[in-house]
Amino acid sequence: MIGRLFKFHGGIKPDAHKNESSGGAIRKAPLPARLVVPLRQSARAGAACIVAVGQRVLKGERIGEPEGFLGTGVHAPTSGTVAAIASCPMAHPSGLETPCVVIEPDGEDRWIEHAPFDYRAASRDEALAWLRDCGIVGLGGATFPSHVKLGRGSGIETLILNGAECEPWITCDDRLMRERAVDILAGANILRELIGARELVVGVEDNKPEAVAAMQAAAVGTPTRVVAVPALYPAGGEKQLIRVLTGVEIPYGKLGGDYGVRCFNVGTAHAVYRAFIHGEPLISRIVTLTGNCETPGNWEVAIGTPVADLLALARPKADTDRILMGGPMMGFAMPRLDVPVVKGTNCIISASPRLFPPAPPEQPCIRCTECAKACPVELQPFELYWHSRSKNFGKAQEYHLFDCIECGCCTYVCPAHIPLVDYFRFSKSEIWAREREKTAADQARERFEFRNFRQEREKAEKAAKLAAKAAETRAKLAEAGTAEAPAAADAPAAEDPKKALIAAALARAKAQKAEIQPQNTDNLSPQTQAEIADIEARRKVLEAVAATPAPQAAEAAAAPDEPRS
Amino acid sequence: MFTAILVMAGIAIVLGLTLGYAAIRFKVEGDPLVEKIDAILPQTQCGQCGFPGCKPYAEAIANGEADINQCPPGGEEGVRKLADLLGREFKPLSEEHGVEKPKSIAVIDEQVCIGCTLCIQACPVDAIVGAAKQMHTVVEPLCTGCELCVAPCPVDCIAMVPVAETVQTWKWKYPVVEIRKAA
Ligand code: SF4
Ligand code: SF4
Ligand code: SF4
Ligand code: SF4
Repeated sequence: MIGRLFKFHGGIKPDAHKNESSGGAIRKAPLPARLVVPLRQSARAGAACIVAVGQRVLKGERIGEPEGFLGTGVHAPTSGTVAAIASCPMAHPSGLETPCVVIEPDGEDRWIEHAPFDYRAASRDEALAWLRDCGIVGLGGATFPSHVKLGRGSGIETLILNGAECEPWITCDDRLMRERAVDILAGANILRELIGARELVVGVEDNKPEAVAAMQAAAVGTPTRVVAVPALYPAGGEKQLIRVLTGVEIPYGKLGGDYGVRCFNVGTAHAVYRAFIHGEPLISRIVTLTGNCETPGNWEVAIGTPVADLLALARPKADTDRILMGGPMMGFAMPRLDVPVVKGTNCIISASPRLFPPAPPEQPCIRCTECAKACPVELQPFELYWHSRSKNFGKAQEYHLFDCIECGCCTYVCPAHIPLVDYFRFSKSEIWAREREKTAADQARERFEFRNFRQEREKAEKAAKLAAKAAETRAKLAEAGTAEAPAAADAPAAEDPKKALIAAALARAKAQKAEIQPQNTDNLSPQTQAEIADIEARRKVLEAVAATPAPQAAEAAAAPDEPRS
Repeated sequence: MFTAILVMAGIAIVLGLTLGYAAIRFKVEGDPLVEKIDAILPQTQCGQCGFPGCKPYAEAIANGEADINQCPPGGEEGVRKLADLLGREFKPLSEEHGVEKPKSIAVIDEQVCIGCTLCIQACPVDAIVGAAKQMHTVVEPLCTGCELCVAPCPVDCIAMVPVAETVQTWKWKYPVVEIRKAA
């Protein structure tokens, strides 16, 4: 039964260039002298290193523990010794470094003990954890962790297996489908069971008749449908393939899962099969080596193999001027070649000026709307371009910049040779950076305000404590009714608890001092003591006499005034 | 004529009441202009503008007490945004308040730190952890790079280290526009 096919908007038909590399069978690439395995396999999440320098590892041994919600395991691609754990340049347009484990293979390629995983006997969560620990990510290029993509396991009706491989030059999925169709379908059926989908549909572009035939042969007698979809770039885009196969058009801000459809790449399905049926983690992938080279073809490459070693297999011709990673539409020119192959590396193209002529200089947009006609997401690239170019990012977002899948159709058709996608990538990363800055600023503002609040509160608390203590002391003194009490109470204590406290403390100190200080009269003979007492008594009398005249004098001074008044 | 006056007066009263009610009902808390200015400022809280933090500087700008070009961490772009918001002319960063630098964060040499807690007291965003006579350290993601902790340290063990670009923070560059050679 072949259902009706649908069309998506736009799209282009670039030269496919598939025949260069699709002829020969997949060969196993020889192991290089050193493997550089990045602990971060996608831009989103990393893994924590669990090996040490000098440690011996076996093939398939876990060297990175998944970190966070989006983390997946990282494994040694062969047996050998950990030579270093260091920052190495990454296969990324920036060429920046990221933590890697460098392994020197011992040539034995000895596997660690591994056993199949019976997903039917285990719970769904255990099965997903197994996928995560096996390091399974989307092999279509985005390297999104499969255990996360499998989601909750409900609400999905249709599982689509994406074998469209619409980018020119790339043939790794084509070869995989021709050679391992049965394994792919087995893996896809595991995915279908895990996600709870009823139906499995395989979409393959009709420019790969051998792959379609192989998949159909493998699907004979099963309810799986293998559908040849018209070759039109980018039919392999997730939303585009869903549209073609089911007719569902997924609107802005929604995902296929919201409409009961999930999409997995054929390579991912194959990796899932190896993980469950053979218990093997994801340590190698198929990479297409093609372009301007003597021996193009597909190779099964250990993750971590340096690109330079791989190129030696393809033998680029002398006039090669750049090396592209990924396809010519969505890939990027590699800034350096000592970077390793990662799980998302599907193709390495040797580019020459003959095959990929340099873009003619950019000219002003003539508003021909060719780009809008070609855009598979129905955006208006010329508007996006306008706003990105003038760094008017808010406006670009209003025109749904983030729906752009960076497929490159608009750049391809633009008669003014404007590198539209470059502008969109620039805008996107700029907006992300601003978002990050804004989050940081908001956090800083919050923390600053809280700190001020805390300092105010601490001040208030201190004052309150002081007041309470003063009140307590005053109360105590009043209770004791000692001589100092009036002195302390006399002070304007009510207004100034501090002063009161100080006064009280002084009084206390004085009393204590008086108590403790040894008087120089203490150890004298009784005779002298009696003498001293005598003197003291006399002094008291004198003092009393000296004190009494004062009031008299005051009275005397006041008296003469009276008669006058 | 009399009815007309009555009607007009009636309308005036009704509208007046509505407006009066709306003014109370939809009263805006705080000063929206200060909030808007504060949203533009980078929140480094470094005090280089001459005010104890970004909010006070925002208040000063709103009250016309400070110029818009006194915040070095915000840079020229910050001045431009402020100029846009306030409808003023753009002017270059005033030199007496400092120059724009790449974002850095403070790093404490933990071997040298004597645990005097002075840096904790200086940090405006509580990004330093430690206790008296214990080693101190900076919580990297929280540090705004204000440099306020550097001066108080009695053993000079705090250094400002520029933040390196990573794969996560790397940005695509603005496409180079080739200037056509003059014919
Ligand atoms: S295709 Fe190029 S020239 Fe035409 S509207 Fe789009 S951006 Fe402008
Ligand atoms: S790159 Fe973006 S804007 Fe251009 S055609 Fe593709 S989806 Fe549309
Ligand atoms: S100079 Fe410092 S404190 Fe002043 S506004 Fe700028 S970041 Fe905030
Ligand atoms: S100011 Fe310097 S010595 Fe004192 S706690 Fe901070 S880092 Fe340590």
